[in-house]
Amino acid sequence: TGRLPNNKAGDGKPRLLLMGQRRSGKSSISSVVFHKLPPSETLYLETTTRIKKESMHSFMDFQVWDFPGHLDYFDPAFDVDNIFDEIGALIWVIDAQDEYLDAIVRLNATILNLHQTYPNINVEVFVHKVDGLSDDFRNEVIQDITQRVMDELSDNGYENAPVSFYSTSIYDHSIFDAFSKVIQKLIPQLPTLEALLDSLIRNCHIEKAYLFDVLSKIYIATDTSPTDIGSYEICSDYIDVVVDVSEIYGWDRGDDEAQAGNNENAINDAESLITLEKKSNNYLYLREINKYLALICLMGDDSPADKKPLIDYNVGVFQEALAQVFPRGEK
Amino acid sequence: MNSSRRQKQRKVLLMGKSGAGKSSMRSIVFSNYVAKDVRRLGATIDVEHSNIKFMGNLMLNLWDCGGQDGFVENYLTHQRAHVFGSVAVLIFVFDIESREFAADVVSYSNIIRALSECSPGAKVFCLIHKMDLVQARLRSQLFEERSEYIRAASETFKDTVDFFPTSIWDQSLYKAWTQIIYFLIPNAATIEGLLRQLAEVIDARELILYERTTCLMVTHVTRDEESQNPFTDRFERISSILKTHKQSMAKHTNIPPGSANFAEMQIKTGRFMFFITRLTENTNLAAAIPPSEQVFNAARINIMLARSKFAELDIANKPRPGLQQA
Ligand SMILES: Nc1nc2c(ncn2[C@@H]2O[C@H](COP(=O)(O)OP(=O)(O)OP(=O)(O)O)[C@@H](O)[C@H]2O)c(=O)[nH]1
Ligand SMILES: Nc1nc2c(ncn2[C@@H]2O[C@H](COP(=O)(O)OP(=O)(O)O)[C@@H](O)[C@H]2O)c(=O)[nH]1
Ligand SMILES: [Mg+2]
Repeated sequence: TGRLPNNKAGDGKPRLLLMGQRRSGKSSISSVVFHKLPPSETLYLETTTRIKKESMHSFMDFQVWDFPGHLDYFDPAFDVDNIFDEIGALIWVIDAQDEYLDAIVRLNATILNLHQTYPNINVEVFVHKVDGLSDDFRNEVIQDITQRVMDELSDNGYENAPVSFYSTSIYDHSIFDAFSKVIQKLIPQLPTLEALLDSLIRNCHIEKAYLFDVLSKIYIATDTSPTDIGSYEICSDYIDVVVDVSEIYGWDRGDDEAQAGNNENAINDAESLITLEKKSNNYLYLREINKYLALICLMGDDSPADKKPLIDYNVGVFQEALAQVFPRGEK
Repeated sequence: MNSSRRQKQRKVLLMGKSGAGKSSMRSIVFSNYVAKDVRRLGATIDVEHSNIKFMGNLMLNLWDCGGQDGFVENYLTHQRAHVFGSVAVLIFVFDIESREFAADVVSYSNIIRALSECSPGAKVFCLIHKMDLVQARLRSQLFEERSEYIRAASETFKDTVDFFPTSIWDQSLYKAWTQIIYFLIPNAATIEGLLRQLAEVIDARELILYERTTCLMVTHVTRDEESQNPFTDRFERISSILKTHKQSMAKHTNIPPGSANFAEMQIKTGRFMFFITRLTENTNLAAAIPPSEQVFNAARINIMLARSKFAELDIANKPRPGLQQA
């Protein structure tokens, strides 16, 4: 499903546009996902008044543009091409705790407008702040929004518009999960990555494997077995553990680099393993793949602790293959 | 310290105005709640007791005393001797957001008076709580001001009372409770001595002993260069990391958080190696060592061999045993 964005000329960096009504949560989302702001501190964010453009340099380069809520993108004074040319995805944020009919009207107008010139733009609707809603009501709201958007678009002659819907909140993992899915659509190598992960899990009795961007905790690929948010959560929490401990004990001791250079057995890629008490088997495994990416595996119930060499070998193979298809982030 | 039997049961009072956050912190530290779960707690009616086995030979007898005025009145009058008798530690929680700080301190004084009457040898810890609600740049000054004001009202405990800023939303909670627990552990020095020997045998940069259920630090040993580690809050940070991870693991494996224990966690990087493993029935040992497979493997074996020595310590105050290298 790795569909290329409208990648004409230009710098070729996919652009993620965050749009939606005022106070819908756009700036909060980008601060939490890309700047690790604790969710509770978003209460103090100031209203965005100008387009805020940020470049993210990670496993791939992309830009995040945070729009002020009231902007009229189709005002002739505004250079539409300039905004939408390099676009990777349009993320439309709707506050699910608020009246959302106006937001839908504006969303639809935007989609219809763009449809003429840029038929391939992915439109990703984040039904946001769902943490405040009960499970039942949450589903109802998402259904209702989906229905209204799709109906109205087809009334205007736009059938099967490429619009996806996600329920999100900055207070749990859902926002990272949604962003992961949005970004995966922008990675042309995705099918290859998935095939590599599939073969890895088959060879090592792994239950689920994720390739994570360590900094943002977005996963850029997983094997093709069914995914559930629970597996993502445990892997994502595990990254926190490893990153935090590495920060605490990885402080700069000065002569460190020199030492590492001399020592032939020095470890280049950090790795981590957890074994469980109850079953004394491997449970979680993490291995740094390159500067940006880490492989995290949830081991199967039958993965005994002594199977580590098999894992090492297969992960090595995976790592080499990845370097071929994704030649980013070599050290 | 000669009557080690009597020291095993330690009565700890948790007091403070209703809504100050007493039950919240108790649930997080001792019952595996996560911070956002505490909204579900109701006001405590009268006293809730919990017994927490800590390091084998220490039994915490925690009295979470509901803080509504009627209850407090009752503690001070009809139940005075019952509540305030034979107390080892009083933890008094102040809500930083309280609009009646002066009144809170008056109520604190009444309690202090009862305590000094019935348990003059007790130790008092004051927690200035919900600090997350104060803007970061104002925190330390406000904390100092409040502490001084409260100290002035501490009567016979004036010189010994300790203050901590806390919030359930960060590791400050662990920092405060670590100090409290350290105060209560009768044989901390012995444990520390043994731990230091072990650290030398395995050439560890740092060893940290954690209680398994609460993930609170019992004690630590830091050697050589590691004493320059710029993260001075690392002990409570690791407590908090371990606790969060325990919850995450419990959720995913459907094992109750109380028993979602890992046998071992290891992290190997080019700069350090780290592992945390079970030491005794009630403790986990975290070790930070130089980045070398040999050291790593030897360390694990030596820790395994040292288990029985620590297990003895865990049960009773025995004379300090020696360690041999594997
Ligand atoms: N912001 C913030 N809120 C907190 C913190 N700790 C507790 N709370 C909130 O304070 C409220 C009261 O907490 P409790 O723990 O029930 O208070 P209590 O002291 O046990 O009250 P009584 O049992 O009536 O004496 C809850 O809504 C908690 O969510 C904190 O560190 N920060
Ligand atoms: N409950 C809840 N509030 C949120 C969430 N995301 C953002 N908010 C709050 O919504 C408000 C507006 O957010 P902001 O990012 O400034 O909106 P923007 O104008 O779209 O950039 C802030 O007070 C945020 O704390 C969420 O997932 N849940
Ligand atoms: Mg209570």
